[in-house]
Amino acid sequence: MSNDKIKDREPLFSAKNIKLLKNPINLDNPISVQVLGICSALAVTVQLKPAIVMALSVTIVTAFSNLIISSVRNTIPSRIRIIVQLVVVATLVIIVDQVLKAYVYDVSKKLSVFVGLIITNCILMGRLEAFAMAQKPWPSFLDGIGNGLGYGAILIIVGFFRELFGSGKLYGYSVIPEFAFKAGYVNNGMMILPPMALILIGVIIWLQRSRNRVLIDKS
Amino acid sequence: MESLINLFVRSIFIDNMIFAYFLGMCSFLAVSKTVKTSVGLGIAVIFVLLITAPLNWLIDTYVLKAGALTWLSPSLSELDLSYLSFLIFIGVIAAMVQLVEMFVEKFSPPLYNALGIFLPLIAVNCAILGVALFVQEREYQTISEVTVYAVGSGVGWFLAITAIAAIKEKIKYSHIPAPLRGLGISFILTGLMAIAFMGFMGIKI
Repeated sequence: MSNDKIKDREPLFSAKNIKLLKNPINLDNPISVQVLGICSALAVTVQLKPAIVMALSVTIVTAFSNLIISSVRNTIPSRIRIIVQLVVVATLVIIVDQVLKAYVYDVSKKLSVFVGLIITNCILMGRLEAFAMAQKPWPSFLDGIGNGLGYGAILIIVGFFRELFGSGKLYGYSVIPEFAFKAGYVNNGMMILPPMALILIGVIIWLQRSRNRVLIDKS
Repeated sequence: MESLINLFVRSIFIDNMIFAYFLGMCSFLAVSKTVKTSVGLGIAVIFVLLITAPLNWLIDTYVLKAGALTWLSPSLSELDLSYLSFLIFIGVIAAMVQLVEMFVEKFSPPLYNALGIFLPLIAVNCAILGVALFVQEREYQTISEVTVYAVGSGVGWFLAITAIAAIKEKIKYSHIPAPLRGLGISFILTGLMAIAFMGFMGIKI
């Protein structure tokens, strides 16, 4: 390989690629800015542990489906691209589901149908359509990881507050000391119920947008 | 019969797809700008659920479940294909949506004009796959149960999206703090609606 050929190639972690990885975590967050993948974000956040497992699974599936679709993007006829994408995603989700069932069975039971629902998670289809169909495999892979992490960040924040205030625990361990309960502290049962997840995400969006005023809706 | 009515009411109000399981949130938030489009999308969802849920249940019961293929030959009674269910379900849903779209386009152009743009969206609506997976997980026994559950979930989704669209049309005229405008307030509204829907908990007929 000649010297200038190497020079032409972009370094693997160029500034542009780092941006692909970092942007989705805050400024271009899939949940709070792009409005993708909300369905599962809310249902799995009653406790921290399922939230983390879910975030990891989604990151893996997004990254690899981006990679695969981006590698074959020039051979997919555009009329049937949705089905092709769904098949790739469904296969990856089956692998993740089988691994979860084998190694963390209790979490897999708690996540119930939501592992399967990663297939129709809008983050996947959204990123595949908007990014992987038009970009090279490596940037697509990074974009997938970035979006997975951005999704995970929201999940972990919501999971943290819901588990802490809802059941006084973090990652399954009690953190509210016993004397607090004796002094009259009560867990907020509302936090465990579905509506609070919606309201918490609403508040997160509110905080995020008041810090980054560029994100505010113009309408 | 009584249990079917019970299941129907349950799936509309208590196990509401949006408020209890957050399924189909993406289109719920994105498409609910006006009541008219929401009604179109809601009807399309009911329609697709009515077709895909019983179909997926039949496939699951007679092909995929452990020992389901015994009717074909006794030697297959050990076979368990349930790990394929995600792939098959989503394939059936995507194919059915495409078929329904073509069918409606051919035979009922006015309905197609009303639903047309929403139909492809529905293939990736989590509510559709969600119903198929819930049916599998809760092990409903008869096809009438499955159909009633599917239609009930669809009606619940329809109610939710129509209600939020109506609220959003009104809320245009109120003063909301700028960072909360749009997405933020939609989430909080949905949360409040979910609290209201929790009032139905425990209803039995």
